[in-house]
Amino acid sequence: MAAKTIISRPIYGTLSPQPGKHHLFIADAEGALAIIDMAGKAPPGFFDGTEIVFIPGPEGKHIAALEALKPAQLHIAPSFASLLPRLKQTLTNAHMGLRLYLSGTEGLIGQAMQVALEAGMDHTSMQTEHRGSLARRMQCVHCKGITENVTTQPALCAHCGLLLLVRDHYSRRLAAFQGVCINAEDRSEVPPMEEAFP
Amino acid sequence: MSTGTTKLDVVVSDVVPVNELVTRFHFRRRDGELLPTFSGGAHVVVEMRDGDRTRLNPYSLMGSPLDTREYTISVRRDDVGRGGSLFMHRQVKPGLEMVISYPVNLFSLDLRAKKHLMLAGGIGITPFMAQTSQLAGAGGNFELHYTCRTASLGTYADVLQQRYGNRVRLYHDDREERIDLDRLLSSQPLGTHLYVCGPAGMINWVRDRAAALGWPPETVHFEHFAAPQPGAPFDVELAVSGKTIRVGEQQSLLEAIEAAGVDPPYLCRGGVCGQCETNVISSDGKFIHNDHWLSEEDHRSGCKIMPCVSRFEGKSLVLER
Repeated sequence: MAAKTIISRPIYGTLSPQPGKHHLFIADAEGALAIIDMAGKAPPGFFDGTEIVFIPGPEGKHIAALEALKPAQLHIAPSFASLLPRLKQTLTNAHMGLRLYLSGTEGLIGQAMQVALEAGMDHTSMQTEHRGSLARRMQCVHCKGITENVTTQPALCAHCGLLLLVRDHYSRRLAAFQGVCINAEDRSEVPPMEEAFP
Repeated sequence: MSTGTTKLDVVVSDVVPVNELVTRFHFRRRDGELLPTFSGGAHVVVEMRDGDRTRLNPYSLMGSPLDTREYTISVRRDDVGRGGSLFMHRQVKPGLEMVISYPVNLFSLDLRAKKHLMLAGGIGITPFMAQTSQLAGAGGNFELHYTCRTASLGTYADVLQQRYGNRVRLYHDDREERIDLDRLLSSQPLGTHLYVCGPAGMINWVRDRAAALGWPPETVHFEHFAAPQPGAPFDVELAVSGKTIRVGEQQSLLEAIEAAGVDPPYLCRGGVCGQCETNVISSDGKFIHNDHWLSEEDHRSGCKIMPCVSRFEGKSLVLER
């Protein structure tokens, strides 16, 4: 579970059914389980107005369980990048009353939230639930490159190769944690790399 | 000095009757300087010195926030109220020196919104006069739906239509024109914020429908200044200051506390801002809560009261003041 350290570090809740007629769920891997757990609390007919966009994990699990909820639409996507144009299109045409539910890894929640913020939704209006890996999406503050699925502390920037301290300092605008050079004074100092975000 | 109630010495520069119920008042600073900057939706508390009685009523600023040479308010005459609006209509003439508070905004625009949807009822149009001026100056996207009893009581409807054309839609009660609220709320683009100002019944109706149709609470903004209601006199013990006071029939509890020389914090005097929230130490009787600040749970608990608008009926009431 994510613990609150500094104010920008996102804290996630538990999905709960919101009032309204249209519901959009975006989930990856074990995020499907958050939807399935919430379904027990949903009023009758809730899934008639629901679209679920799901990015399965490597084992391809949970698709049948999501189908069983009988949502109005279930869209399976291979990656976040591949569903982005569709998500943008949906949000551009959406009306007030659409509720957004994000569940799964922090990277997925953050990137979907980033698109929704641009579409005019407030981050406090979205339901979020963290499930699965703690891997982080990190921005190198030096070269601005984004490295996905960072699990170690410190971590190597996939762009410029600097060794970075992965901070809890998070940017909603970039949907990324900030990584700052850990040995700027003396590059020969190399602290041990530990698996910090499994 | 009460929180946020820094005062401005002003002179009434103009008094303009708008229709049979509404009159507009213009204020300038006595020293000729510019007035403080404000944003659309802000109000001022006007001090009305009426013989030995002082009333303090909140009114929305309705002029353009881009022009601070003067402040303007519009006051609807209420013949059965506690007399504040009648005082304004009958006693306030150009040249009169008055005291008003600095502006306070409890109904501001959320400028992150992609679109602003405004619903006004009756004299609830006034904050929207300032907000539309502010947005129009910045190229903002807004739409105003204004319900009034009759065309002649549609205060500023003509001005608004002239300024903003079909961005303003009017509904007249006497022509049985009604907002198709569910349709309106269901057809707004994502990123719209909703603002409603008018009678309590209208505000409750709009908030209920918006919530049911899935509008998140943080996108729904409303303002309704409750005027303190007259009622049976009652006695109150102020435990901190060691005084026992009587609240008169036409007096609010806050006014009675102030008249006893105790100076509790206040801001809006209309049950909205929460500044004058007061703890109840003990009570034997019934609370008449008229505020929009405390939760229903707080109202039921009998542990808190908003003295600006709420009253009490019963044997005894002890407040932490």
